[in-house]
Amino acid sequence: MNFDLSDDAKTLKDAARKFLDARAGPQAARRVMDAGLAQDAQLWAEIVEQGWPAARVPEAHGGLGLGADEACVLAEEIGRSLAPVPLMSTLAAIEAILIAGSAAQQAEWLPKLAAGEAIGCIAWAEGARSPLQQPAAVLEGGKVSGEKSPVIDGLAATLAIVTVAGPDGPAMALVPLEGVSRAGQETLDLVRPSAKLQFESAPGEALGTAADWVKLTERLAVLSAWEALGTADAARDMTVAYAKERVAFGQRIGRYQGVKHKLADMYVKAELARAHALHGCWAWEADAPELAQAAAAARVASLDALKLTAEEAVQLHGGIGFTWEQDCQFYYRRNRLLAASIGSRAHWAERLVRALERRNRTAA
Amino acid sequence: MDFNDTPAEAAYRAQVRAWIEEAASDYAEPSGTPFALDDFVARCKAWQLRKFEAGYVGITWPKAIGGQGLTPMHQIIFNQEESRSYAPTGLYSIGLGMCIPTVFTHGAPEIAARYVPKALSGEEVWCQLFSEPVAGSDLAGIRTRAVRDGDEWVIDGQKVWTSFAHRSDFGIVVTRTDFDAPKHKGLSMFIVDMRAPGVEVRPIRQMSGGSDFNEVFFTGVRVADSHRLGEVGEGWKVSLTTLMHERLAVGGKPRHAPGYQALMELAKRVETDSGPAIERADVRQRIADTYIADEGISLTQMRALSALSRGQVPGPEQSISKVVVAKTMQEMTAFAMELAEASGFTVEPGSDLDKLQSSYMWSAGLRIAGGTDEILRNIIAERVLGLPGDLRPDKDTPFSQLKPL
Repeated sequence: MNFDLSDDAKTLKDAARKFLDARAGPQAARRVMDAGLAQDAQLWAEIVEQGWPAARVPEAHGGLGLGADEACVLAEEIGRSLAPVPLMSTLAAIEAILIAGSAAQQAEWLPKLAAGEAIGCIAWAEGARSPLQQPAAVLEGGKVSGEKSPVIDGLAATLAIVTVAGPDGPAMALVPLEGVSRAGQETLDLVRPSAKLQFESAPGEALGTAADWVKLTERLAVLSAWEALGTADAARDMTVAYAKERVAFGQRIGRYQGVKHKLADMYVKAELARAHALHGCWAWEADAPELAQAAAAARVASLDALKLTAEEAVQLHGGIGFTWEQDCQFYYRRNRLLAASIGSRAHWAERLVRALERRNRTAA
Repeated sequence: MDFNDTPAEAAYRAQVRAWIEEAASDYAEPSGTPFALDDFVARCKAWQLRKFEAGYVGITWPKAIGGQGLTPMHQIIFNQEESRSYAPTGLYSIGLGMCIPTVFTHGAPEIAARYVPKALSGEEVWCQLFSEPVAGSDLAGIRTRAVRDGDEWVIDGQKVWTSFAHRSDFGIVVTRTDFDAPKHKGLSMFIVDMRAPGVEVRPIRQMSGGSDFNEVFFTGVRVADSHRLGEVGEGWKVSLTTLMHERLAVGGKPRHAPGYQALMELAKRVETDSGPAIERADVRQRIADTYIADEGISLTQMRALSALSRGQVPGPEQSISKVVVAKTMQEMTAFAMELAEASGFTVEPGSDLDKLQSSYMWSAGLRIAGGTDEILRNIIAERVLGLPGDLRPDKDTPFSQLKPL
């Protein structure tokens, strides 16, 4: 039994933690928010220098050829540090091309994404549609048309994976963003900006099949689970530190069971989610049939953990937690971004039960 | 990452599986009706003796005291394989899981030599005499008194929630030997003969209807000083050895307790006024939630196994287990019963709902046994997250002078 991250992934995680503790965190997030930037370009350059976008790209395409474990720990540390960089979107675009790209598409795009010469994004969102509902956007004769919003990191990106209507449900198209009209789309998350992308017969290529899109959403569910865990842990750590120091009625508030039991509940939900997130990472790396159920459970459990933690972090900080100057808002807001990033909790809970039903039918 | 045994683990598993398949082949899945107690005890004793003779008891204990000298991983593999069968085990989980490790850790060598072998063979059954009517979560507040009389001690008081006391030969009992010391400092632990004059066992009837526990009354019960475990006044430290083993024992979902699969099965059969239950969004949501809790705890245990397999100590995440399992069991079974409308509350032994109903009744006790939900949250907050402990106004005051605030 070896149900744990690889030693290499743990080493990468420690290095990423150390780097981001020094370079990112709530203060850096606040600078990007206050300046209204699309990203922290300097930090992104340093992250490219670290080789993180190259993590999953095969060595033949100029990457490091690392496994799912490494992608997951990077997601966790980005989540923890709130780093205002388009790494998660770039890693997501790389997964799309790894899953569905032709040899030519891989050869064209993977080296650029690995080297930070291209920045990716996943343009799937269209109003109240779920990721598996047929989008209005279309790919016809090598041209993509339609409007996608909000596209996370859509202002910084140079390449979009766009979902388009297909015969078997949503399919993907690969669309370079030069010449595509875009504008900032305000969302609740002020640190990782989103965009509205207007595709008007933009040149694009089909990327794989509808099944590939389903598989990509599963991998992104796992990645988002790790990111949410990192964010939840950071919010909990900050709140635990506050509860150890804030005094009321002559005691540090962390002594009160009304406070400590909430913090314990945050821990319980986070560790439950971590077990599923590890399961998702295993299923992704092993390309196991359990990925559908493991990814869905990881997504639902991690969103539950993050929602509880982000909300109760504000509550336990009291009035100061509700101010603009305090950092609780970053976690509270990020909780909404992650809850919307690749399909809602309800969407994934339904996918979890369908996966269990499929498995039971196969077993029977 | 993988879920595979190491070659050495796989070899041990194959050996154990082959043995259990042969040795436990007579045990069938129990019906809804529990065995009469005499039958249960006889079945457990017979199975324990078979394991003893085959060398599958005391797996992690030192060879010098009759154990196998193997690792926790061997114990876990044996337990996993045993739980695939319906072999009866409940009678010894407290004695061998908690009492005897305390006996050989803190007792004199000749005491260990006297008691450990007969506990391992199952000939002698043990119980744990800790909780009292006034002291459950606050165990160090016990009042059962032991007074020295030459080479003996005389015990007077009352214990409660003692599993199998009426079927036990011996017990370990924590007593107060110094009422003028602060509460944690005046305790001492003894081995007591459950058939000694002055020991009276009365079954407690639980709200679930069964009687798995007892009250035990001590009236002038005499115990030799040689049967003391640890130093006089060190009973709290000694009891922590026992409790550490208890937390390991009362962990995951009880064996064969219904989980998300039971809810899925039920939902497939029930027709509600808004269509088949399995198609209802709230039912599907509940299945997802129950899966996340049940499977999340199983996966968390696999994290612990992975650490043990590498010879490491499992991480603090193991502490979430019981707090998740007990409440999930209560929530899921209540939901399932309501799904079946009035039939969910009709008792028909052997029906589909029977297991759900008994789990619902039992879950209320599971949320208390071996550390209440509230105590477990305190432990997570204080030991894992490092929050300050509750104020304890009684901590340094002599026990005899304590007044509630």
